[in-house]
Amino acid sequence: MVPTLLGRIQTRLFMLATLGVLVTLLIVPVLPGPSGSLADRYVNGLLVIAAVGVLGVVWELIYHFLMQFRWEKDWPTLFGLLTLVPEGLVLYFLLRSGVIDFIDPVPAAAFWTHFTVVWVCIWLVTNGPMRVPFIRWRFRGGRVL
Amino acid sequence: MVAAAGIPMYDIPFLSVGGGIGSFVTLDYLRIYGVPTSQMRVVSNIDHPWQTYEFLTRCSQIPRGERIRSDSSSRPDNLWGFPSYALEEAWKEKKPSYLWQILTEPLLNDYWTPRAGTVFENLEREAKRIDYWDMLVKGQVRMVRRRAGGGYFTVVTPPEGAAATKRIIFRSRFVHIAIGYPGLKFLPDLQEFRTKHGDYQHVVNAYEPHEQVYEFLKTRPGTVVIRGGGVVASRVLQRLFDDRERHGLQTQIIHIFRTFVSGPHGPHVWSRRKGGHGWAYQGFNYPKSVWGGQLKAEMRKLEGADRAKKYKEMGGTNTPYRRRWQEQMRAGRSGGYYHAVQGTVDRVERGPDGRLVSYVRSNDGIVREPVSDYIIDCTGLEADIAEHRIFDDLLRNGGAGRNPVGRLDVERHFEVKGTANGDGVLYASGSATLGGYFPGVDTFLGLQIAAQEIADDLARRGFVKRMGPLRSTAQWFKWVRNAPV
Repeated sequence: MVPTLLGRIQTRLFMLATLGVLVTLLIVPVLPGPSGSLADRYVNGLLVIAAVGVLGVVWELIYHFLMQFRWEKDWPTLFGLLTLVPEGLVLYFLLRSGVIDFIDPVPAAAFWTHFTVVWVCIWLVTNGPMRVPFIRWRFRGGRVL
Repeated sequence: MVAAAGIPMYDIPFLSVGGGIGSFVTLDYLRIYGVPTSQMRVVSNIDHPWQTYEFLTRCSQIPRGERIRSDSSSRPDNLWGFPSYALEEAWKEKKPSYLWQILTEPLLNDYWTPRAGTVFENLEREAKRIDYWDMLVKGQVRMVRRRAGGGYFTVVTPPEGAAATKRIIFRSRFVHIAIGYPGLKFLPDLQEFRTKHGDYQHVVNAYEPHEQVYEFLKTRPGTVVIRGGGVVASRVLQRLFDDRERHGLQTQIIHIFRTFVSGPHGPHVWSRRKGGHGWAYQGFNYPKSVWGGQLKAEMRKLEGADRAKKYKEMGGTNTPYRRRWQEQMRAGRSGGYYHAVQGTVDRVERGPDGRLVSYVRSNDGIVREPVSDYIIDCTGLEADIAEHRIFDDLLRNGGAGRNPVGRLDVERHFEVKGTANGDGVLYASGSATLGGYFPGVDTFLGLQIAAQEIADDLARRGFVKRMGPLRSTAQWFKWVRNAPV
């Protein structure tokens, strides 16, 4: 990927709001270690996605800064995948510690399954199929608008 | 006037001049956007769009089985770039290792790049799919002129015997010029030698057929001087090293860099390119973000001297860092048969034994006089755009001008500035437009970016409907099934 800052943020929010929500709707009923009603778990799952989006804006600023040290101003495919580790850890820590108190603490297995599946799906789509409907997207640094 | 002269005239709304990959991707876009073949023609002196490209890559030591220097998702036969070449080759050859390489490039692996043959086969498939040959008119374009009343006349000389008259004329609202490199330019000292001695066998350009060099070296030990620090120099070196290994040859190689890069270089920690042993290292012709990221966005806003400065900052000859090449050069240096030196060559002369003496002056004042059997010019200098008659005529009579780096001045949507005529528009893409708001023009993906800008501009002018997500997706499925557009 060769994103611009605005493109990074837009792509993240767009993908979470579409594919992220869709995958969440499909996966929540089968997540391990369920507690509470299905409706509550859906609300919680969607809030986790929202948190990935909000925190993600800060992450994207950091990535953009780091990318400046690269001559090509690119963001290798592998980075896009591996950044799930720091992002997941920070979010998980914030949830467990109760800093984000409007999201119920999530069991580790449920959180990591949900988070990883959504992440990998988005990563796969942004590295190819996204270009099928949106032919201008890759030439605009990932801007959707 | 035209009619009175008895020259046959054909009306065609969109005419592309060139018939190489630039014309092809533009017509491909427009066909997929929905323009029928009856509305478009391409005038060319070659039979298939990849012909010139294949000739040049083959000369510069990339036959069909070898890999070119191009990104996996830059597919001139597929405007979506999906599935990428890597996915296709991995699937066809059952090689998951390609997927691992594309996942880990450029961090743990070299960039994955497609085989030249993969590119050509897919171009052929796509050309058939969009009925490219229904639009092809063979001939040599003499000039493109504005006509009274809007649009343009394009004057064409058809091949002998193909038409009743010596000239035919196309009348069009839109003309697109993609005629590629105006010509090759030789290093002046080498040109002088060739002219003086009439010797085109021992001093050669890497872009012209020069198989005789490699054949000679198989018959007896010899020395080759290589000039230039780009990808062609890398590829020629690889051929010399490969032959050395394969046939147990004794070839000595002297490599002259005018600019010798000895390490990472650049003014700021945020703009520093890797380099070493003479070379500047970069995956592709330009930093990757010119094709869609930060550099593309920055350059789009720059004018005049600021733009020229930005081009200079990211320019300079470079080559990819490939592990295989590094290994071979390392072996060459330690084995004493590969010598890289910095220097400018004052002149080349024939020695008493008939071999070639280069007079090389380095920056530190040392003068070397290496003697060689062959000199291969790998600098790939390009001639000025005015060397080509169509551009020369446009600059003189068509209202066209030059951009901050001296080539053809185009708008962000690749309209040639100053050439508009009534409701007619003249577009240009490819190498001639380097120096514009978009830098990567002379690359596969750059030609596609230009084609998309042109197609969208034509949509604004009502020639075709702008392609949105639904049509794009439907058309992609047609591409997958190899169904007509």
